[in-house]
Amino acid sequence: MNRTTIDLWVGIFVALGLGAIVFLSMKVGNLASLKSDEGYHLEARFDNIGGLKVRAPVKSAGVVVGRVQQIRLDPKSYEAIATLRIEPTYQFTKDTIAGILTSGLLGEQYVGLEVGGDTAMLKDGDRIAKTQSAVVLEKLVSQFMFGKAAEGGDKK
Amino acid sequence: MADLARILRRLGGGVVDKIWRLGYASRFIAMVLAASGMAFRRFSLTMRELYFAGVLSLVIISVSGLFVGMVLALQGFETLQNFGAAEAVGVLVATSLVKELGPVVAGLLFASRAGSAMTAEIGLMKTTEQLSAMEMMAVNPLARVIAPRFWAGVISMPMLAAIFSVMGVFGGWLVAVKLLGVDNGTFWSQMQAQIDFRLGIVNGVIKSLVFGTAITAIAVFEGYDATPTAEGVASATTRTVVASALAVLALDFVLTVFMFRGIGL
Repeated sequence: MNRTTIDLWVGIFVALGLGAIVFLSMKVGNLASLKSDEGYHLEARFDNIGGLKVRAPVKSAGVVVGRVQQIRLDPKSYEAIATLRIEPTYQFTKDTIAGILTSGLLGEQYVGLEVGGDTAMLKDGDRIAKTQSAVVLEKLVSQFMFGKAAEGGDKK
Repeated sequence: MADLARILRRLGGGVVDKIWRLGYASRFIAMVLAASGMAFRRFSLTMRELYFAGVLSLVIISVSGLFVGMVLALQGFETLQNFGAAEAVGVLVATSLVKELGPVVAGLLFASRAGSAMTAEIGLMKTTEQLSAMEMMAVNPLARVIAPRFWAGVISMPMLAAIFSVMGVFGGWLVAVKLLGVDNGTFWSQMQAQIDFRLGIVNGVIKSLVFGTAITAIAVFEGYDATPTAEGVASATTRTVVASALAVLALDFVLTVFMFRGIGL
């Protein structure tokens, strides 16, 4: 086996290997659509975020418009503060309502944005005033049970 | 009492021997690293080894990857279907391949396909006194023979693991989309939504790099250290495959623990 043939085959091998890594990054890991630092930030305070996680999608009308970048607890008010990174092409009104919703019955949780009628737009670093906390199943069940018990008590 | 002393002495001797051998191997690898300048200055030497270690392993790696991916998709589909989540089969196949099976199975195949060949070649060179002959001619066999093989293994392993994963994803796609009728768009979008670039792919590449280093280090050391007889070369080849398989699996556990806990990497 002479030198040029070996070089050719090694070249093919290395190209295949690098191509495979690029394929994994782009097609499987979806690196192309990440663009992590672009966009502006909004802050939303929730009483309860349920199972929301960092990197969960932010959707408006079902379209992904950003990601949850950071979640922390306010040590004074004991509210959860979620920092949302929104893609720069999308603007939202001042009276937008942010809610924590679940996709499907058992699906992942995401932040849903519902746009209001205000003319002023939210800017980088602004706080979303109106929020809707996550529905916690245990609370829902206990509410239902207490409600039923109360109803039973009234009838007697 | 005398029996106890004898048992303890044998245990102690065994431990000392093992530690001595580990130290010898570490010094050997350190010397190979120190002598590896020539592997890059005369890159055609490494090129030739890349051909033997990398290119000739391509067929077995691709075919195994394809079949592993197809089996994963079949088995995963059956279980996921019970939960009405058959579309998640793409996530299952890609996650297990990129994070675990790609580096590990490619490492095991690489150890048995290329590592054993390296050990046998170096061992036979030692047996036929080619290494001594080089030393007589003032050619450092570590730089001329060992270092190019070592670097070829380290370079080719991440590529082989990546090719394995890609072939596996392709095999999974074939079975899931073409055979079982999972929706093509959902297959890819679920996969892309679930797999994180840093946690999944970068960690997979780090794993395969570590495995490649471990396997080739074991292979060249066992070859260099082989008893210079036909029997010695045979047992050195066996030791290479056994030791690298154990090293890959043990290192995989250690690396996975670190990556899960997010320490360091």
